[in-house]
Amino acid sequence: MHKRWLRNGGLLLLVCGLAALAWAAWAAFSPVTAASRDALFEIPAGTWARRMAGDKIEILPDTIRLTLGVNDVLLLKNLDDVPQVFGPALIMPGQSFRLPFEQASTYSFACTAHASGQMNVIVDPHPERGWPALRWRLRRLASAV
Amino acid sequence: MPALKRVAALLMPLLLAAAALAAPTAPALKAGVFEPPRQAPEFALRGSDGAVLNLARYRGKLVLLSFGFTHCAAVCPTTLATLAQARKALGAAAGAVQVVFVTVDPERDSPAQMKAYLAAFDPSFVGGAGQPEALAAMRKDYGVVANKVPMGGSYAVDHTSSIFLIDREGKLRAMMPYGRDARDFVHDIQLLLAQ
Repeated sequence: MHKRWLRNGGLLLLVCGLAALAWAAWAAFSPVTAASRDALFEIPAGTWARRMAGDKIEILPDTIRLTLGVNDVLLLKNLDDVPQVFGPALIMPGQSFRLPFEQASTYSFACTAHASGQMNVIVDPHPERGWPALRWRLRRLASAV
Repeated sequence: MPALKRVAALLMPLLLAAAALAAPTAPALKAGVFEPPRQAPEFALRGSDGAVLNLARYRGKLVLLSFGFTHCAAVCPTTLATLAQARKALGAAAGAVQVVFVTVDPERDSPAQMKAYLAAFDPSFVGGAGQPEALAAMRKDYGVVANKVPMGGSYAVDHTSSIFLIDREGKLRAMMPYGRDARDFVHDIQLLLAQ
């Protein structure tokens, strides 16, 4: 009984190991692409009213991480009914601001919506095949989990 | 006949969708684009050329609007040098482009001082000075930040370093972040002038 359990457990481990290896091979050598390159952030309707009522709402993180060729367009939308300073721009109600990035770097913007008064956008280079692609997918997996 | 109409009614949305897909999409700007664009907020400042500085003066031209101050050590000289380089690269089309540099330091920047400072980059550049309240109101309209920072016995001003692109009809179309290349400006200026 014990031996069979060990045998089954070993088999399961082997299958899991092979599956992990297959995933790693795919993650490393399959080109990194995305259906949309937009990193979308929206100010929902009623945000201003909620802030006036004392709610502390943070919509944009202090630091946004983008990847060239994958999600390298910052898309900010104001769905509220008052103008909003959102990241680097003053955006009118119903308006959007679409900012593409073409160079890997760290960009700092003055932003009154943040307590620090600053918002950073880190743009990573496009992950090439091999270790960079694998590392990029692992990081995505970790942030999703 | 009614059957034909029904078929046409069914096919029409498909045809329209196909036409929309086939239509050439406008080339994208390198700058951040406002959609839909709004009319750029008007202002009235003291121009470095001695005249009243407002947007109406430049209707029909593409205006590159930036904020800064003449004592700025790094950001403003870089921006103005980039814009001068872009104008040079545009050749004859540069005549349709006006650079406007509005001070965030009204205590030290007079129209005369701005004129001398801007001439070192490009004599066509126009500076805007004025009362602190008028300048603060303008910054609010554009979402521009400016904060005085003590520095030794003096001060500097931390400020928004992006450049606003205002089209020939006076619409605020885009905002180029600080640090972009002169070629990016040339690319966007050419696209906006061609519209």
